[in-house]
Amino acid sequence: MNYWPLAGIAIVVLGFALRFNPLLVVVSAALATGVLAGLDLVAVIEALGKAFNDNRYISVTWIILPVIGLLERYGLQQRARSLIEGMRGATMGRLLVAYLAFRQIASALGMKDIGGHPQAVRPLVAPMAEAAAVKTHGDLSGDARDEVKAMAAATDNVGLFFGEDIFFAIASILLIQGVFEAAGYPLTPLELSVWAIPTALFAFAIHSWRVLAFDRRLGRGAK
Amino acid sequence: MITYEWLYLFAGAAFAVWAALSAKDGRWGNAAFWALLAVSFLLGSHLSDLANGGLVLAMVAIAGLGGLKRSDPPTTSPQAREAHAARLGNRLFLPALVVPLTAVAGTLLYNYTPLGETGLFEARRETLILFGIGVVAALAGACAWLRPPLMAPAEEGRRLIDSIGWAAILPQMLAALGAIFALAGVGDIIGGGARGVIPEGSVFLTVVVFAAGMALFTMIMGNAFAAFPVMATAIGIPLLIETYGGDPAVIGAVGMLAGFCGTLLTPMAANFNIVPAALLELKDQNAVIRQQVGTAVPLWVCNVIIIYVGAFLLWN
Repeated sequence: MNYWPLAGIAIVVLGFALRFNPLLVVVSAALATGVLAGLDLVAVIEALGKAFNDNRYISVTWIILPVIGLLERYGLQQRARSLIEGMRGATMGRLLVAYLAFRQIASALGMKDIGGHPQAVRPLVAPMAEAAAVKTHGDLSGDARDEVKAMAAATDNVGLFFGEDIFFAIASILLIQGVFEAAGYPLTPLELSVWAIPTALFAFAIHSWRVLAFDRRLGRGAK
Repeated sequence: MITYEWLYLFAGAAFAVWAALSAKDGRWGNAAFWALLAVSFLLGSHLSDLANGGLVLAMVAIAGLGGLKRSDPPTTSPQAREAHAARLGNRLFLPALVVPLTAVAGTLLYNYTPLGETGLFEARRETLILFGIGVVAALAGACAWLRPPLMAPAEEGRRLIDSIGWAAILPQMLAALGAIFALAGVGDIIGGGARGVIPEGSVFLTVVVFAAGMALFTMIMGNAFAAFPVMATAIGIPLLIETYGGDPAVIGAVGMLAGFCGTLLTPMAANFNIVPAALLELKDQNAVIRQQVGTAVPLWVCNVIIIYVGAFLLWN
C-alpha cells in the first residue's frame, strides 16, 4: 500500500502547530496529498477547484452579517448586556447553563438553526455572559473577558453537538443509517437517535459543572 | 423553482459589494480577496474546474501573504449605541430572531404540509434557502424600521466580514481538502492502520480503538462525517458487530458522538472553533478549543463506557 498520501496529514498538523496561515496549510496539504497519491498537479488543482465550487453552500451563511452588523449599529450588544444587568441572580455560570439546556433541547427538536456563532453568540450570548461576569466579579482583565467569550462559544458548540443527534431527521443520523444499511444492517433513524440521549445527559452534566466551576474561579482571580 | 444557485448569486453580490467598498477604502488586499470570492459565487457554476482551482490558489496566495486586514468603516459610537439601545428596547432582538424562525418554521411547514408539493424549493435544500429568505426579510424589516443611511447595512457587514477575514472561507476549503483526501484513499490507509493496532480478543480495547479512531480521524478531517464511514467499515462493523456481536444501533450512534468529541478539539473544525474566535475578536485563535478540552475528554470517556455497556453488557 502507498502510505505517501498521509504526508498531507503531517503537513496539516505541522502547519497548524507552527501557526502558518491555515488556508495556506490546507491547500498545501491538498496539493501534496493529491500529487503523492499519483495524480498530476493540474488534475489536483482541478479536483480542488471542483470541490471548492461544490461546497459554496457552506459560505453562503455570511449573508446574515449585514443584518447582525446593522442591529449592532443600533445597540444590539448593549441591549443584551442591559437585559442581563437588570436580572436579579443572573450569574455567568447560570446564564450559560441555561443557554446550554436551551441549545440542547432546541437542537434535539430539530431547531439547530436557532443559535450559532454569527447569529447568537457574537451579538447576544457572549455580551450577556460578559455582563453577568462583570456584574458578579467586578471589572475583569482582557484575558478573563476573552476566556468568558470563548466559554460562551464553547457552550454553543457543546449544546449543538450533543443535542442535534436526538433529532432523528438530521444528516449525521442519516449518514449512520446509510453506512449500516449498505453493510446489511438496516436500522431506523429512531433506533439510532435514542442512543444519543445518554451522551447528551453526560454532556450537560459535565459542561454545566465546568461552567459553574469557571465562574467560581473567576471570582477568586478577579480581585 | 428556487435553487442554491439563487443563494450563490445573492452571496456573490454581497461579496462584490464588499470588494468595491474595500477598493474605495484603499484596502487592495481585501478588495482582491472578496472580488475573487465574488467571481467564484457568481460565475463558479459556469467556469471550468481548472479556472475554479485558479481562483482558490489566488485567494490563498492573498491570505497567505497577509493581504487581508481588518477594516473600520464609519459606524456609531458606543455612547450612541447605548442611547439607541435604551430607546429601542427589546424590539431590537426581533429582526435577529426573524432569520432562524423563518428557517425553522418554514422547513417544518414545507415538510409537513401540502406546501412541499408545490416544488417551490430545490429538493432537500429548503432550510438554507429559507435562511436566505429570512435574511432578506430581516434586512428589509430592519431598514424600514431603523431608517439607516443607505450604505449602512453593507458597511456594517464589511466590518464583520473583515473581522473574520480569511477564516470566512476556511470551512469551505476544508470540505475541499476532504474531497482530495477521499480521492487519494487516505481513509482506507487510516482504517487499515487502526485495524492493525487492535489486540485480538479484547472487546473493551476494540471499543477504545474504535472510539479513539473516530475522535482522532475527526480531528484530522475536521468533521465526524468523514471519519464515520472509515471507522465503521474498518472496525465498527467487521469487529464490534460481526465478531463480537454488539448492538449496531449503539455502536453507530455513540461512535458518531465519540467523533463529535474530536470536533471540539481541532482547529480543522474551523466553523465551530476558529471562526468564533475571529468573530469574538479573541487574541488567541485557539481560545475556544482551550475551553472545550475539559468537556470533550471526559465526555469521550463516557462514550466509550456507553458503547461498552450499551452495546455489549446490556445487549447480550
